[in-house]
Amino acid sequence: MAADEPAEASTADGAAATEVTGPTEELAGLPVVRSLGQRVLHPARAELREVVARLREEGWLMCLTVTAVDYLVHDGARSLPEGIEPERFEVVVILISHAERDRLRLRVQVPEDDPVVPSLFDVHPGSEAMEREVFDMFGIAFDGHPDLTRILMPEDWQGHPLRKDFAVGRIPVQFKHAHAAR
Amino acid sequence: MTTTAQQQEELAALTSEGGQELGTRAMSGGVQVLREVGSVLRLSEAEAAELAERPGRVDGGLEASEDETTIINMGPQHPSTHGVLRLMIELDGEQVLRTKPIIGYLHTGMEKTGEVLTYLQGPTNVTRMDYAAPLFNELVFSLATEALLGIEVPERATWMRMLLTELNRISSHLLFMATNGMDLGAVSMMIYGWREREETLRFFEKVTGLRMNHNFIRPGGVAADLPDGWRDDVLRLVDSLPPRLDEYDTLMTDQPIWRERLQGVGAITTEEAVALGATGPLLRSTGYAWDLRRTMPYLHYDEMDFDVVVGTYGDCFDRYAIRLNEIRESIRIIHQVVDRMPPGDYRTQDKKVTPPPRARIDESMEALIHHFKIFTEGFKVPEGEVYVAVESPRGELGCYLVSDGSSRPYRMHIRGPSFVNLQTLPHMMRGGLIADAVAVISSVDPIMGEVDR
Repeated sequence: MAADEPAEASTADGAAATEVTGPTEELAGLPVVRSLGQRVLHPARAELREVVARLREEGWLMCLTVTAVDYLVHDGARSLPEGIEPERFEVVVILISHAERDRLRLRVQVPEDDPVVPSLFDVHPGSEAMEREVFDMFGIAFDGHPDLTRILMPEDWQGHPLRKDFAVGRIPVQFKHAHAAR
Repeated sequence: MTTTAQQQEELAALTSEGGQELGTRAMSGGVQVLREVGSVLRLSEAEAAELAERPGRVDGGLEASEDETTIINMGPQHPSTHGVLRLMIELDGEQVLRTKPIIGYLHTGMEKTGEVLTYLQGPTNVTRMDYAAPLFNELVFSLATEALLGIEVPERATWMRMLLTELNRISSHLLFMATNGMDLGAVSMMIYGWREREETLRFFEKVTGLRMNHNFIRPGGVAADLPDGWRDDVLRLVDSLPPRLDEYDTLMTDQPIWRERLQGVGAITTEEAVALGATGPLLRSTGYAWDLRRTMPYLHYDEMDFDVVVGTYGDCFDRYAIRLNEIRESIRIIHQVVDRMPPGDYRTQDKKVTPPPRARIDESMEALIHHFKIFTEGFKVPEGEVYVAVESPRGELGCYLVSDGSSRPYRMHIRGPSFVNLQTLPHMMRGGLIADAVAVISSVDPIMGEVDR
């Protein structure tokens, strides 16, 4: 199974869960990295919109999802190729090409002190709700989004729940004593 | 008995209610005439067309100025919003201009919860997302975990997963038939759809122990083997369905009122659906044959003989007809699965992933240790990240898992098709009538548990 291959790769050249296929494959001018057999690109933050627009021209027509990961407390290796500086946040965009019948994952490093990413709304209008969800859950702003507001949490909510420094939390159970019979 | 003229006058005086009758035109003044004419607003078509084209309106009369529109609030508690969906609808008369879905009422932080549950506990969490098709959630989570683990699932488990998810597709589409009928006034359809769905759920209860939220498909296989007599149960179930689907055809598909209510309503083109990320019956209704079971097969769908049902016009009727016929295709698949169900293990024998059988715990120290480790700490999953998707009844249901090498997912993201498909609502409702809004919402078939997660 494809899942066994990264383990071999990590013993062979020391890079965890990352293997670059023989002759370097390129998409939109970026080298394709394989993660468990799936194609991954690592575009820079500033060029994300241009890369996605170029990929759209190349047949990656649909944006399946936009999500993010907060790597604040991630202990393991980050499986990033050389030259990509790891940052706290990572915005993940998944595209699909119906012609190639394959999906493509874009992983964008987003620094903690400036969590802003160009919005994909102009290229894929369907990313609207997903970007709002990422903003709501991670506090990552999308530059150029038409209506960047909270989508799932209440409007007056403090904080961004899916950040790793946001506690799961619990509501204290209060046993209010019963009112005395009158 | 005859009455005299005097008696008649007396009677008239007693019963008279005063001057309500129309007086003669000559007697009433100009004010009276104006009141009569103004009481009913009559507009000729020419006058209406003139109003529509007057300055301040663009886009063929669709764009009204602010002071001419009404914003109404539909939901969050509305019988046709399938849960707690709130829509703010801007109306110009009866015509819908803008719609904004407002969601989050069912948000319970399930992606956050998924980070504190082990991989074995994970399915209990994700199964509650799309509660009309819970087995698909468990399936996609299990497939993603297995991809990270790099384990193979026994053949019987794979075929059982196909059997159960196809039955689940049937029950989910039957639920759609019921609610779609109810939304459009075919209330008897609600009872029929519910009746058939209940029979499917009864089979699930026999196999998994629960009608919904089964937690049956788990990383490494399924929780238990099929019970004795499952083959007869499945065959009885899927053989009872076709005549009932034909009844639905009689009741709804061929019925002129049903067609009038759905045809041409909420139309969407392939370009628009692709741009908005819509998948599932919504995308197929536009004539685009994209079904992950066929185009990017998982499990053993590449060996199955079935048709991908597509529509032509992308309207509500196509989406209804697609789901109805997908039930028939699922029945075809189930017949093939039942024929080919292999014997063998129903879960992987990898002792690090699958808990040992109860009897082994009394005999073997290793079994006891494995049992203890799996249920206290959970099994560890190698570092990595993976995205796996299946074709749920609503579209592409994806799971993005990031593991940091521990026994809990570092990040679990579920791409809910309902969440993305909901974005097409404003588009499909624009320019339509407010009365059709209910039909459009219903035809998207959103499950709010999956939208809000």
